[in-house]
Amino acid sequence: MSVKVIIPTPLRAYAGKQDSVELQAATVGEALTTLTTRFQDLKRHLYADDGRLRSFVNVYVNDEDIRYLQKDATPLKQGDTVSIVPSIAGGRGLHGNQA
Amino acid sequence: MATKLDVSTPAARSAPALSNEEILRYSRHLIMPEVGMEGQLKLKQAKVLCIGTGGLGAPLGLYLAAAGVGRLGLVDFDKVDLTNLQRQILFSNDDVGHPKIEAAASRLHGLNPDIQIDRHETRLTSENALDLFREYDIVVDGTDNFPTRYLVNDACILLGKPNVYGSIFRFEGQVSVFGYEGGPCYRCLYPEPPPPGLVPSCAEGGVLGVLPGIVGALQAAEAIKLILGKGEPLVGRLLLFDALAMRFRELKLRKNPDCPVCGNHPTVKGLIDYAEFCGMRGEEAPASQAGVPEITPREVKSRLDRGDDLFILDVREPHEYQICNLSGYLIPLGDLPSRLSELDSSREIIAHCRSGKRSAEATAFLQKAGFRKVLNLKGGILAWSDEVDPTVPKY
Repeated sequence: MSVKVIIPTPLRAYAGKQDSVELQAATVGEALTTLTTRFQDLKRHLYADDGRLRSFVNVYVNDEDIRYLQKDATPLKQGDTVSIVPSIAGGRGLHGNQA
Repeated sequence: MATKLDVSTPAARSAPALSNEEILRYSRHLIMPEVGMEGQLKLKQAKVLCIGTGGLGAPLGLYLAAAGVGRLGLVDFDKVDLTNLQRQILFSNDDVGHPKIEAAASRLHGLNPDIQIDRHETRLTSENALDLFREYDIVVDGTDNFPTRYLVNDACILLGKPNVYGSIFRFEGQVSVFGYEGGPCYRCLYPEPPPPGLVPSCAEGGVLGVLPGIVGALQAAEAIKLILGKGEPLVGRLLLFDALAMRFRELKLRKNPDCPVCGNHPTVKGLIDYAEFCGMRGEEAPASQAGVPEITPREVKSRLDRGDDLFILDVREPHEYQICNLSGYLIPLGDLPSRLSELDSSREIIAHCRSGKRSAEATAFLQKAGFRKVLNLKGGILAWSDEVDPTVPKY
């Protein structure tokens, strides 16, 4: 299944500066594994040490949150869009002062 | 949890009528059936609290004041800085160095002298948030950091106030309305914040000046719709905006039944320590910086003057190098792993970036990779400009 994964701005630096990646996958888990194999730096930003998706990173298939579908096992159809949407703080970032 | 706004009840009709001057001022509202006299009186009776008067707070404050929101609370403790003026359109050159709250209040009063502007020159804390929020119908979140976002969310849920949320990074924004009529909250969307240091900050990442203008204006539109009780509020929907692609996308946002604040069995029943929740206790300096060998700009300068062989490694991005540089060898932090062969481990390496944060990471990485003689330039180019060469611009 050919699907498009949309990479959010804060993570583009770890994905070859691309805003989206086309890849073959049958499930969301497979798509993310393929993505993090291709871009190894992305892995620690998406997954915690215990191998679970980080709680400030949401993944959607089209407009549905995979937490309310079948999570990693959510099946993908040809042409689906997988969006990675991390939380962003705005203004000046994490520490509330100039880094 | 029902949070129907007081202002949408017929009580609004018992409010004093508009003066002739107000009728003229708001005539473009009054001739629209969606607002009309009833809606304009609702606006006049409404009480909205804006958290932050910066990038998001500027368009918010301006449009809410212009629309005739009767009571506008502003919360900010910051001073206007020259770097703010690229996007914070409430302020002018003359305001630099002055408290934001003063400049914001005087600008908004100048725009609409008929409304009440409350100045809360304070840092929003777990101690003062509930008392502050209680006075208002709607809270609009224009903050810039995770601890305050979670604080605003939890306080709104505890008090049953809608929270109009907006957030920005570089050229991307997010907007939603949380905690309205039993809808989802920020914690339903993101149960936990990222650990410090994992997501690049806006000071490193930058932000397109017009972006907060657009996102803040969207928040203002939502706040006004909630007051009027008209249209479809952005509840249960997360709006994503990408200014570079000039594209809006909408994602479904569901209420999490297990949400610790607004779920079926809430465990958070009062405000907590949000700095601790966001893993920021005692972490004024990022953890990665601790323990990395450092050298001050003055020491580097005197050693260079002595003729010592120092290899200056700049780990910033190429577009930053164009702003200013110390004639160093450029390898962006992200490229370092694949470009190690370009470095000579027998030479002494001084790694630097803008502030010393990225180069601390680079120093730690190089040490792990077997480089023995690596030092991090303490405070980066900013400190170099302060201590050695003021002709180097700070950015």
